[in-house]
Amino acid sequence: MFKSERARGILYQALLLAVVGGIVWYLLSNTLHNLASRGIQVGFAFLGREAGFEIAEKLIEYDSTRSYAHALAVGLLNTLHVAFLGIVIATTLGTLLGIARLSSNWLVARLAGAYVEFMRNIPLLLQLLVWYGIFTELLPGVRQAIRIGDWIIISQRGFRFAWPEAHPGWNAAFWALVAAGLLSLIWRAVVRRRQAATGQQWPLALPVCALLAGLPALAWAVTGAPTTIEIPVLRGFDYQGGKVISPEFTALLVGLSTYTAAFIAEVVRAGIQAVDRGQGEAAMALGLSQGQRLRLVTLPQALRVIIPPLTSQYLNLTKNSSLAVAIGYPDLVAIANTTMNQTGQAIEAIAMLMAVYLGISIAISLFMNWYNARMRLVER
Amino acid sequence: MIRTLAKTLALVAALAAPAVALAGPTVDAIKQRGALRCGVNTGLLGFSAPDSAGRWNGIDADFCRAVATAVLGDPTKVQYVPTNAQTRFTALQSGEIDLLSRNTTWTSSRDATLGSVFAGTLFYDGQGFMVKKSSGVTKAADLNGATVCVQPGTTTELNLNDYFRTKKMSFKPVVIAELNQIEQAFFAGRCDVYTTDISGLAATRLKAPKPDDYLILPEAISKEPLGPMVRRGDWEFLTIVKWTLFGLIEAEEYGVTSANVDKLRGESKDPPIQRLLGTTGDAGKGMGIDNDWLVKIIKAVGNYGEMYSRNIGPLGIQRGVNAQWRDGGLMYAPPIR
Repeated sequence: MFKSERARGILYQALLLAVVGGIVWYLLSNTLHNLASRGIQVGFAFLGREAGFEIAEKLIEYDSTRSYAHALAVGLLNTLHVAFLGIVIATTLGTLLGIARLSSNWLVARLAGAYVEFMRNIPLLLQLLVWYGIFTELLPGVRQAIRIGDWIIISQRGFRFAWPEAHPGWNAAFWALVAAGLLSLIWRAVVRRRQAATGQQWPLALPVCALLAGLPALAWAVTGAPTTIEIPVLRGFDYQGGKVISPEFTALLVGLSTYTAAFIAEVVRAGIQAVDRGQGEAAMALGLSQGQRLRLVTLPQALRVIIPPLTSQYLNLTKNSSLAVAIGYPDLVAIANTTMNQTGQAIEAIAMLMAVYLGISIAISLFMNWYNARMRLVER
Repeated sequence: MIRTLAKTLALVAALAAPAVALAGPTVDAIKQRGALRCGVNTGLLGFSAPDSAGRWNGIDADFCRAVATAVLGDPTKVQYVPTNAQTRFTALQSGEIDLLSRNTTWTSSRDATLGSVFAGTLFYDGQGFMVKKSSGVTKAADLNGATVCVQPGTTTELNLNDYFRTKKMSFKPVVIAELNQIEQAFFAGRCDVYTTDISGLAATRLKAPKPDDYLILPEAISKEPLGPMVRRGDWEFLTIVKWTLFGLIEAEEYGVTSANVDKLRGESKDPPIQRLLGTTGDAGKGMGIDNDWLVKIIKAVGNYGEMYSRNIGPLGIQRGVNAQWRDGGLMYAPPIR
């Protein structure tokens, strides 16, 4: 049996698996035994208990009478919220900076280079504390707030602005916008298929614009055309009404985006420089316009190089969002910390934290791998 | 054969030994190490904060010294382990520290589910609010709609919530773990109110750029008995810690101070003082420590009243409920005899 390479391989792997499994089992049973012998309760029953603490920022309904599980869900959504917006802003800013570094304009290229070196060489935690300091200490107090008309109020309590009063019409408009987006995608597929089959180009930009603008407007008008706008007014300790973006959220979002953008800029620059100069010249020789050259020839090839390292940057940004705890943004880690301290269930809470971050990271990786596969050079 | 013999001899020796109290695993570990590992606050004036020379000051730090004196006979044999609100219980559970003396509130769930128990109350505190005088707020009922700075994961956060909920008022929390960070945010004006135990508010107020600009509201919204905590199951060490605390309180009751302790030990004919100082009775021996343990402790850190006026007094907090029971306070120690 040992003569067969295949059988040997399986045997070694089975042995390795048994050893790893044994170690895990040993650690687990040892921990449970130690906890039990020290009189510490184990299990996830605490998740159903009333949390009893308030959370400043929430995307879903929450008050202190809800359960710990609900509070953790609020924290998770806050993490996803800041990570998603951070990824969008960092990608935009990073791409612009990456292109700027390759600019033939000396000043633009050097400024972009200086930005990259400055931002990526200072620890993120420090940057977050600086941003938080800027938003809470340099901005004026509530009573001396900067007012732009009646509509925008800037103070150390955050950015507050007028916002339409809650009304079903706005919800209808939002869902109409989602529907318009889906219809646009379908229309694009139809146009492409048509061009592939017959060579005719049907209009794409105009119908899509009409859909995205027209459908929500129609839904809004049909459901009663609400126009009441809530204007912030100073009452008691703070302005009331409208929407507010807290300094904690702003500091975290700005800190994460500007920091990660420096890394993305380098990724983008490397990607563009990896495309052979002859490719652009060949495209020019075929008579493609400047925009078509970038969109159809250079970018698709650059993306192949950009996407894998870009995925790592997205993962970094998401995980770095856990530094929120230092500046008081109620992200998942902050809520889990509080939960841990109030219930004493440290091992369970840490295990959940790890599982959730692993889950988010794997989801981002899967999406980016799928995107990468789509963008791969297809050889015919 | 040899092994059997050794076992038999050990058994005989154990049975034959005089009936002294067993020391318990924690005391053994402290003696072997030659130092008490004591978990303290990372920096809270009056309770435990390092001075410019690196010496830990405060009533909690002094209590560490008292326990070290009881076990090792030397108040300098303490290794201070700074812990924050999140790490303190884990540090005790894991055995990283022997004693948690870190302004920790005694509650039923902490006694029951954390694998550790409280040994008593060193300081009766209550949660309060501090505001800027310029805000015009003079009582807690004025706080509807305020933005409140609070540290996470403490009973403070829960009390805050209970108080506003029962009063049908609303508030916005700003939750930051690090004490210096949250004080900074409060002084900068990010919050209208800072809430923590009143003793903590007093300490924070002294750190303000202009302490007189800040006002501590008169209401206490909770009971916060702060006390030392030890691991569950080591009854010998729990007993020593508990009676060190009672000894300090009783010494004040009978007027034994660091100044007169030697004199009283030699001269006093008062039976309670004689028992307290180990000239009669076996109070110390019964716990497996020296019989003159309290003499050494009082020489090192003074009695409870001395500890209080040295550490808490400068914060401007009156004795109040922390006075002796004879003076209308809650400090009442069971008798040492």
